[in-house]
Amino acid sequence: MIDKQLPSVAEAVADIHDGATVMIGGFGEAGSPIELIHALIDQGAKNLTVVNNNTGSGEVGLAALIKAGRVAKMICSYPRSMNSTVFPELYRNGEIELELVPQGTLAERIRAGGAGIPAFYTATAVGTMLADGKEARQFDDKEYVMERGLKADFSLIKCRKADTYGNLIFNKTARNFAPPMAMAGAVTIVQAAEVVAPGAIDPEIVVTPGIFVERVVQVQNPAHESELVAAGVSYP
Amino acid sequence: MSQERPRIGLDRDEMAARVAQDIPDGSYVNLGIGIPERITRFVPEGRELIYHTENGLLGMGPSPEEGEGEPELINAGKRQVTAIPGASYFQHPDSFAMIRGGHLDLCVLGALQVAANGDLANWSTGGPDAIPAVGGAMDLVVGVKSVFVVTQHCTKHGDPKLVEACSYPLTGLGCVDRIYTDLAVIDVTPEGFQLVELSPGVSFDYVAERTGAPLLPIPTATAT
Repeated sequence: MIDKQLPSVAEAVADIHDGATVMIGGFGEAGSPIELIHALIDQGAKNLTVVNNNTGSGEVGLAALIKAGRVAKMICSYPRSMNSTVFPELYRNGEIELELVPQGTLAERIRAGGAGIPAFYTATAVGTMLADGKEARQFDDKEYVMERGLKADFSLIKCRKADTYGNLIFNKTARNFAPPMAMAGAVTIVQAAEVVAPGAIDPEIVVTPGIFVERVVQVQNPAHESELVAAGVSYP
Repeated sequence: MSQERPRIGLDRDEMAARVAQDIPDGSYVNLGIGIPERITRFVPEGRELIYHTENGLLGMGPSPEEGEGEPELINAGKRQVTAIPGASYFQHPDSFAMIRGGHLDLCVLGALQVAANGDLANWSTGGPDAIPAVGGAMDLVVGVKSVFVVTQHCTKHGDPKLVEACSYPLTGLGCVDRIYTDLAVIDVTPEGFQLVELSPGVSFDYVAERTGAPLLPIPTATAT
C-alpha cells in the first residue's frame, strides 16, 4: 500500500543531513514552503547548499534559514529583492558562497538533473562573465556554453493539493520551480494545503506525477512571507 | 515628476507610449521592470497583446484592485498582478522554453549601457559592494525575437548610456535591435547607431553630442 503522507513537517524533514544539497521551491514568496523551511531550522541541519531563485526576505522562511547560519552556499539567479537584507550582509562579509545562475539556465539545470541529463548547451550567458570557465561549443555557426544538470539530496516544495500517491497540483504563479525540483530531488518533500485520496484529483490536471514525490505533509493554512515580514516576524 | 527646469525630450510615460506604438497587434511580449511596465497603459486601441511574465504566467493582466491581490499571483518584479481570461500558468522550464526557444515576439528592457554593436549591459555595475543578481535578463536577450531597450539617453551624471563598448558587465552580445530614449529612437545596425526619429524639439546635434559613439543621421534620400 502506498501512502506518502506524514503527520508533521518535523517528521518530514527529520533526516536532512549536514552538508545536504536542498532545493527549495518558490519565486519570491509565491510557492515558498515556509512551514517546511521553519521545520528545517528547528531540526538543525547545517552546512547546506540551497538552490532557490532568490534568498528570501525579512527574517522568515529561507532568509531565516540563512540568518541561522545553516546555509554555506546559495545557488540562485536573483539574490536581492525587496526586504532582502540577511543574504547581502553575509555575502559582503564573505560568510556565504554564491553561485549566480541565469534564471532560465537555473530552471533548465534543475529539469536536466531530474531527467538524467548531465549537461546541455545554451546560448544564454555567452560572452558574459557568467560563462567564464565553462566549455564553449558552436552548433550551426552559433556559440553556446555548456551547463551542468543539478540534483539535490532533498527538495522542499509547496502545493495546493496533493493525493497520498504524491500527485500534485499548484496555485497560480506558485508553481514556478516546484515541478522540476520534484524531479531533481532524491527525496522530495511536499507541503500541501489539502491532502486527498488517490482518484480525487483528475488525472488530466495532475501537474507533478506522484513518482517524483516521496513525502507529503498537510499544512492547511500556509503562512505568506509578505504578511509575516509586514508583521515584523523573525523566526524562530 | 517635479519640474525644476524645462524638460527636453520625453518623460517616462511618453517614452513608454512611444514604444507602445511600435508593438504589432497579436504580439507575445515580455516587459521588464520600470519604464517597460508602463507600456501596457499606452497600447493603441484595437491592438491585442499577450503579456508573458517569466515566473510562470502568459496573459498577465493589470494590478489588482486594492485588497483584491493574491500573494501567489505575482509578476517577475514580485508585485501582485491579475490573469486575463485565457491566461495560463506554467512551470519555470516551460516559461524559459518560451523565451529561449524563440517563441516570444518581443521583450522591452531597461539598460545601464548599450554598445554600438548591440551589446547590452543591464544587470550589474560590477561594483565591489554590489550583490550580483541577473534573473532572466540573459535568457531574454538571446531568445526573444526582438529586443527593445527603453532608457534615459544619459545617466543622472550626464554620461552617455549609448556607448562604443560597454564598461559594465555584459548581459548579452549584439542582442539589442532598437533603443527608445527620452531624446530619440535609434536602431542598432551593422554600421552602428542609426537615428530613426528625434523626440519633439530635440535636434540631431543635441542627441549626437550625448551619444558615446557615432550616430548616423536619418538618410536624406528617404526623409520626407
